[in-house]
Amino acid sequence: MSFANFAVSSAAHAGPASPTLLIDIGLMAMLVVVAFAILRMRSLFAIVMLQGVYSLLSAAWFVSLDAVDVAFTEAAVGAGISTVLMLGAMLLTDRDSAPVPVRKSVGPLLVVILAAAAMFYAVPDMPAYGDAQSAVNTGVGMEYMQTSPHDIDVPNVVTAVLASYRGYDTMGETVVIFMAGLGVLLLLGLNGNAGNWSASVQGVDIGRQHAPSAKNIEPVSEKPKPKRKAKPQIKAKAKPRAKRKGADT
Amino acid sequence: MNTHLILRTVSKLLIPLIVIFGLYVQFHGDFGPGGGFQAGVIVAAGVILYALIFGIEACKLAVPPSWVRIGMTAGVLLYTGTGVATWIMGASFLDYDVLAYNPHHPAGQHLGILLVELGVLFTVATVMVAVFYAFASRTPDLKDGDW
Repeated sequence: MSFANFAVSSAAHAGPASPTLLIDIGLMAMLVVVAFAILRMRSLFAIVMLQGVYSLLSAAWFVSLDAVDVAFTEAAVGAGISTVLMLGAMLLTDRDSAPVPVRKSVGPLLVVILAAAAMFYAVPDMPAYGDAQSAVNTGVGMEYMQTSPHDIDVPNVVTAVLASYRGYDTMGETVVIFMAGLGVLLLLGLNGNAGNWSASVQGVDIGRQHAPSAKNIEPVSEKPKPKRKAKPQIKAKAKPRAKRKGADT
Repeated sequence: MNTHLILRTVSKLLIPLIVIFGLYVQFHGDFGPGGGFQAGVIVAAGVILYALIFGIEACKLAVPPSWVRIGMTAGVLLYTGTGVATWIMGASFLDYDVLAYNPHHPAGQHLGILLVELGVLFTVATVMVAVFYAFASRTPDLKDGDW
């Protein structure tokens, strides 16, 4: 969608290229380069890092489109946290991906070509970038822009829409995030040792009973220098848990 | 990671700044870009950076897993609780105007937005940390050769 938007906007301003347009083109070109680099690479570590670069470039591009709130989120989630989570996932598997034989790539290639063709087919239907007559700018969005200075009186209309006009939606999103966290905790547990699972990574058994966190609960008490008073409580909490685990085995 | 002196020193300087920036994004979200979701992710990124540099066990002492469990629930409860409060005060669900009455200024809206954004902050920050804890605790420690 964003690409289509861009294509139309560049077609609409056929005059001399503005500096913003050059920045947009540069960022898009870098995105394509990074995408091809990801495709060609076999080292998963490098691929994860390049995905972070990709997110950061997208964030820069969102800034140039004046979508600062989206850029913020993309930079923090895409470049920051998901990179770390992907790294964690990579450490549980191999460091390199196996090369895929050409005949196995034919099906996915067809799917990608079809999807791209469908997207390009849809491009002419997209409103031009900044078009005042587009559905977004003539419908309820314009109404929010006009009424929010009086109703809510916060300068950032995005916040007004998210938290007040669309408070129900944001509540739903918060609950979705909560459910996602709950699901992960139910499946893996906060210490990665919930449920019965076993796995070995490069010869090291990291199954439930040998989860690194389970082993690490004892040394924790000695390692960091005493800084806070809260620590003894945690020690007291952590120890019985470790004992219980020992009793399990 | 005990050998990475530069990383440890720089991150010691950076992490407080990251968390403060998160709070700025949270409380300045009415005036500039940002809000609860972005702030929560930034705060979580600070915690995760700490865990990456100093190890997951040290991080679990700084941000105990129990906070994570409580925080994610408290966030949702704060958000829905604001809605229930407006309900009890006689308006519709999440209609903040009744929270604080002022004929010239929508003070109730400001208070309501502050409360629900705080709820979003708690839930997002703690869920991100929870997911990280769940995955990172399964992962064997990185050896220096892996970098």
